[in-house]
Amino acid sequence: MKKIVVGMGTCGLSAGAQATYDRLRELAEANSDVCMLTRTGCIGMCYREPLIEIREGDSRVFYGGVNPESAEEIFSKHVLCNEIIDDDNLVYVCGPDGNTSGSECAFLDLQERIVLRNCGTIDPESIKDYEDAGGYQGLRKALTEMTPSEIIQTIKDSGLRGRGGAGFPTGLKWSFAAANEGEQKYVVCNADEGDPGAFMDRSVLEGDPHAILEGMIICARAIGATFGYIYCRAEYPLAIHRLEIAISEARERGYLGTNIIGSGFDFDLKIKQGAGAFVCGEETALFASIEGERGMPRIRPPFPAEKGLWQKPTNNNNVETFANVPWIICNGAGAFTAFGTEKSPGTKVFALAGKVVHGGLAEVPIGTTIEDLVFKIGGGIKEGKKFKAVQMGGPSGGCIPAEMKNTPVDFESIPATGAIMGSGGMVVMDEDICMVEIARFFLDFTQKESCGKCTFCRIGTLRMLEILERLTRGEGEPEDIEKLEQLSIQIKEASLCGLGQTAPNPVQTTIRYYLDEYKAHIYDQKCPAGECQALVEFYIIPDKCVGCTLCAKNCPVDAISGKVKEVHVINIEACVNCGKCITSCNFGAVITR
Amino acid sequence: MKTAAKQENFNYRLWRYDGAPGELIPLLQSAQEHFGYIPRRAINYIAGVTGIPESDIYGVITFYSQFRLSPMGRYVIRVCVGTACHVSGAKQIRETVEDELGIEVGDTTDDGLFTLNTVACIGCCSLAPVIMINDDTHGSLTPASVRKILRNYRKKAAVSADSVAVTSEGV
Repeated sequence: MKKIVVGMGTCGLSAGAQATYDRLRELAEANSDVCMLTRTGCIGMCYREPLIEIREGDSRVFYGGVNPESAEEIFSKHVLCNEIIDDDNLVYVCGPDGNTSGSECAFLDLQERIVLRNCGTIDPESIKDYEDAGGYQGLRKALTEMTPSEIIQTIKDSGLRGRGGAGFPTGLKWSFAAANEGEQKYVVCNADEGDPGAFMDRSVLEGDPHAILEGMIICARAIGATFGYIYCRAEYPLAIHRLEIAISEARERGYLGTNIIGSGFDFDLKIKQGAGAFVCGEETALFASIEGERGMPRIRPPFPAEKGLWQKPTNNNNVETFANVPWIICNGAGAFTAFGTEKSPGTKVFALAGKVVHGGLAEVPIGTTIEDLVFKIGGGIKEGKKFKAVQMGGPSGGCIPAEMKNTPVDFESIPATGAIMGSGGMVVMDEDICMVEIARFFLDFTQKESCGKCTFCRIGTLRMLEILERLTRGEGEPEDIEKLEQLSIQIKEASLCGLGQTAPNPVQTTIRYYLDEYKAHIYDQKCPAGECQALVEFYIIPDKCVGCTLCAKNCPVDAISGKVKEVHVINIEACVNCGKCITSCNFGAVITR
Repeated sequence: MKTAAKQENFNYRLWRYDGAPGELIPLLQSAQEHFGYIPRRAINYIAGVTGIPESDIYGVITFYSQFRLSPMGRYVIRVCVGTACHVSGAKQIRETVEDELGIEVGDTTDDGLFTLNTVACIGCCSLAPVIMINDDTHGSLTPASVRKILRNYRKKAAVSADSVAVTSEGV
């Protein structure tokens, strides 16, 4: 019996997986004696979606970029006639002997999958699939064989550190919440993945929702909580949908509710949808949001372990942290510390995006170098361009230059570069990306997302943004760099929460590593990367221009000349750099340089 | 008459309010799901059942980017301006949409068909640059392809002009 598995995460669906699935369903229903069809979450190869897998016994064959037509071919040849189609669609083959081949071998074989153990393997809408893969065994062990303090000790021994970005030791955090007496305690899962360029948590929520529930229930048992919340961003409708299914299935099977699996322990939880505010990723702001208020951070201390949600002792961890917990309980702390570095054991999921060939999700042992991630797993830079930098940690992080690609990715080495580990977003940048513009981009983001409570975060970021906007227009002044540096320090010192304390990081790191680019904008009114629209020259590539006249018609200053069906030319003297020609061209013939 | 019927329906949807604390945001979300935005009378009503002052409710609405105080178009376009999309040309995609529809971010077209917004990241970074139209994601866009997509939506709206139902429809 063959099993056909279609990747139906947001990435797969966006790439057209539904049509592929529908076609395969027709075929599978007509041939139900030889195969069955099922769906799964994201396996991480987002760049090859829609992906389908043909599974038989221990052998697994993956095809990428499968549309309804190629699905038909795969079905008739592979499923019905056992013939592996060795063309561009074939991405990965894992034989029954464990030998692997295929174009995407490096992407999967270099990974160690703990958090993503079930993502892309099981049907996330089936609790049975999760149980068959060893699911809820950690919970059974924790509830029937371990005391709460033994659970906490195991997590402490594993050295698990919070995967939301700060890297605080999870076991220690749990012990604080456990030590505080209270009739009502809460467990909160932060699924408000707000960093642009990060989608690790989304994939786990969509691909393996039960792992998060199991981790939360184990945590609740350890700290003595009876109720929990999952705070998930509303921009992830599929994640919320699958969590709802998982929660109701878990209740039916007695993993949630009263007297969980006969242990006498009670715990239940609820999903709270975020309403679109980046600052709600900060735990005290998140609590305020769950309480129905504006999501503004609160002063710490008191810390959440003492007075968190509704002033009750609360433990808050992010999605990835919770997803690690059942595995650690099942396999023991020693199995976990076998991966990663001494100070940062285990693995970390990274979301590779930007100008990298293999954009997707990869889980690697902590301590893997940036080079291995970008080149071995990520497949290098798109279009053979030059690797310039990698941006880690989103708007709170920084840009690490290509020269530092040997830096191991761990909770000590990354902060030393000025960036942060962050939640795992890794946006790869090539030579065409301007670092001043990137700094402006992030400041624009944090400035808009600042809740406004602290003056320096509210107004300081705006002043920084104004300076950066001037620089990208070529109107910079020599003292601007010093002003940016001063404001950075002041904002960091005078802000209450992580948003303000880290907002200047993108500016500080780009000044530190790319001072020449800042100077070129200020003194020469030039953008070396050729990105800042006001400082570049617009140009029509003669080979690509078909002479459709659209750009000339749309040019507000008649700077483009050329006859129908003839190559058009931009008169640089008249051009006002508005960019209308680029957006009107249907052939990608207009570029900046 | 029509308004009264809607109000009744609205109350029905809100009966779930059980006095539990922290329900303001879910109530606002259900109001917005129902009306497409949060009308004044919904704020009135929520203030009545929860006892939270209208001014506080207004403060919460304006804090979160999800909530809207004015009606939306039939198709809500969200241009992703996350980091991955940004480095892959999201600005040009946004400008193309603005140019094609003749509106700016935050506006709705005069025919009530399209509302244009931006979103910080929808997590489809490997398909950058991406836009969402209602619940459908369109990825790997170029100025040319985004124009084509918008024109298809326009055509589809013209074909189904009689139908009032607004659902998630792919192109």
